[in-house]
Amino acid sequence: MFEAFDATLLARVQFAFTVSFHIIFPAFSIGLASYLAVLEALWLWKNDEVYLELFNFWKTIFAVAFGMGVVSGIVMSYQFGTNWSVFSDKAGPVIGPLMGYEVLTAFFLEAGFLGVMLFGLNRVGPRLHFLATVMVAFGTLISATWILAVNSWMQTPAGFSVNEAGQFVPDDWWAVIFNPSFPYRLVHMVLAAYLTTAFVVGACGAWHLLRNTAPRRARAMFSMAMWMAAIVAPVQIFAGDQHGLNTLEHQPAKVMAMEGHYQSHPDGAPLILFGIPNSAEKRVDYAIEIPKLSSLILKHSLDAPLAGLDTVPEELQPPVAIVFWSFRVMLLMGFSMLGLGLWSLWCRYRGTLHTNDRLHRIAVLMGPSGFVAVLAGWITTEVGRQPYTVYGHLLTADSISPIGAPAVGASLIAFIIVYFFVFGAGTFYILRLMARLPRDTLPELGEGPIRTAGVTPGPAQPHGGQHGH
Amino acid sequence: MDIDLPLIWAGLIAFSVLAYVVLDGFDLGVGILFPLFPEKHDRDVMMNSVAPVWDGNETWLVLGGGGLMAVFPLAYATVLPALYAPIIAMLLGLIFRGVAFEYRWRTRRGEFLWNWAFAGGSTLAAFAQGLALGALVQGIPVEDRAYAGGWWDWLTPFSIMTGLAIVVGYALLGATWLIMKTRGVLADSARTIALRCSFATVAAMGIVSLWTPFLEPVYLERWFGWPTAIFSVIVPLLVLGGLYLLLKGIRDRHDTQPFIAALGLFVLGYIGIGISFYPFIVPPSLTIWDAAAPDDSLAFLLVGALILVPIILAYTAYAYWVFRGKVDPEEGYH
Repeated sequence: MFEAFDATLLARVQFAFTVSFHIIFPAFSIGLASYLAVLEALWLWKNDEVYLELFNFWKTIFAVAFGMGVVSGIVMSYQFGTNWSVFSDKAGPVIGPLMGYEVLTAFFLEAGFLGVMLFGLNRVGPRLHFLATVMVAFGTLISATWILAVNSWMQTPAGFSVNEAGQFVPDDWWAVIFNPSFPYRLVHMVLAAYLTTAFVVGACGAWHLLRNTAPRRARAMFSMAMWMAAIVAPVQIFAGDQHGLNTLEHQPAKVMAMEGHYQSHPDGAPLILFGIPNSAEKRVDYAIEIPKLSSLILKHSLDAPLAGLDTVPEELQPPVAIVFWSFRVMLLMGFSMLGLGLWSLWCRYRGTLHTNDRLHRIAVLMGPSGFVAVLAGWITTEVGRQPYTVYGHLLTADSISPIGAPAVGASLIAFIIVYFFVFGAGTFYILRLMARLPRDTLPELGEGPIRTAGVTPGPAQPHGGQHGH
Repeated sequence: MDIDLPLIWAGLIAFSVLAYVVLDGFDLGVGILFPLFPEKHDRDVMMNSVAPVWDGNETWLVLGGGGLMAVFPLAYATVLPALYAPIIAMLLGLIFRGVAFEYRWRTRRGEFLWNWAFAGGSTLAAFAQGLALGALVQGIPVEDRAYAGGWWDWLTPFSIMTGLAIVVGYALLGATWLIMKTRGVLADSARTIALRCSFATVAAMGIVSLWTPFLEPVYLERWFGWPTAIFSVIVPLLVLGGLYLLLKGIRDRHDTQPFIAALGLFVLGYIGIGISFYPFIVPPSLTIWDAAAPDDSLAFLLVGALILVPIILAYTAYAYWVFRGKVDPEEGYH
């Protein structure tokens, strides 16, 4: 039934599908792990129960998201071998050790301290427990660092040579890891993860403010999230711009596709806001454009010449429409985030941050915006890298396992069914957990010991009715 | 001085695979035994006995896979396509049982679903790992740096036998773990199951061991030629010794001895496979040195591994220490 498809296309779809699901969970858990560490630090420092309550609330959600991240990540680590074995053989000597370091420095750290963080507060005491939380958060950041070093190397390879077996072999590890696009990509991704989490936390806080279920905790959540949005969104837009300039320098064809520049513009390129890329006719139909602005943004000069895809051989051009659209979706999300952040600052100044229902409704709607932006951003950068797996050196078509389309197709279908079922259920459970923020408990005397234990046995839990084991 | 980096790395990869097999072995085993314990309370305790550590256990699998790509990329690139179907089956099994740890507590109506996911996923993952092991032992043809066999080569009577052997063996690990971590009726049932699994495991090891030498002339020479035949006398004797300690530990109602003895059996089986394999990493096609990455890659990762693996072992041991002793049914953050 898969004769109509070739194995490369199916393997690409499989990779895109599994990695798109996977990236959702790290984007969320990187930010959430740091947020948990901050909450626990605030609890230890200010001794205010609201932070412990928030910590326990988000900890459970973190556990569900982390579990999904683990299992979808294991799939990724074996997919290189099953579907992209030629790539693995050739690029393994360079990227393999980086991924090995990710496991050694990050995965074990996260996994080792995750158990203590989730189940150990009453066994190790608050200080050691805080250390465990910090280690989990630290682990997620180290993990991001290594995996972005790998991805950046595939985008802007450096520090290697090619041996007689056709393998990439490392010459200079420093140059491999700190390849030209790595710092930009790392900053952009970590900020994206923080923003993603901030908008989820903000939406949850806003939802409970609207329903008035837990005013104190909801206010604390919403206020913290909106600070993040107001401060990080502009920083992220600046970081993204710098990343774009770096991409123009090292992967010009990707930027041409992002901008929809089929033709070169010898005296100043316009910025195409919207339009429909038409690859057959080599133009953008119905384009709404601002003259000279693209040159201004990319070259900081109105009349700077800008090369177009007509300078790139047809077979080495990335697919324009996908990159063009995903880039715009990402920008739309980014500027909407900035807008909400600025609006929240204004409301804060006016003293209406916790009472402005319209702000809260928009914040709820914006809850998933980080995920949309992250996915769109990854699509832009990964599809924009085509037709290469290792940019400029190894074609995607030459990276595939010697495997038949039926095998890749059958496993693709299995992954699709399983992922929608399993991660659909997980998303449902997370949403239900978020919706069930119990009423604030009044800080009564004598509650101390139970609270500091952190874990209340099932039957004594005032709100644990769902499963009370 | 010349250091044989590929050989050192073969040892390290072998260690991480062994660590994976025994560690995830017992928590997969708990899942395999799930259907034998219909009581919700028992299942909650079983789940809680592995909940704090399963994630760390599974990380050894990622190290095995990621490490193989880093230091033996050619082995990684030929073995995984050859074992395509069992690997995919294993991954799907691990997905189901991995999420079950959290999902099971999030729903009462759907709890039966995640009980099935945990039991079925664990069993499927274990069986697929056994299939993969059998397929690897029986040999993987490689030509021009690529897998050169058919797509169903992994499915043979031998690989089905190793699949069953792994399921039974993991069940033994799981049962002895439950003896160590639980009390009362649950621990008693675990003892009965462990007793049966002991005999089944040793029988399966015997069948696989007697079958293996006839798959490849190299194995036959290894096991029955001089001087390596010494091992073929010693290893089975040690296995019988392990069985004795295991049975004695169960009969004497000892808490930890059965688990330790079961681990010992796994280590011995693993050494046996190692004896057959050496110096191949993909028998009978690629030796350790054929498949190794350039020395620069091996050295770069080795520095980190030598520093980090002891640290990892230390804090992993600490995490186990924090959750030592019998599981308190009242505990858990759920």
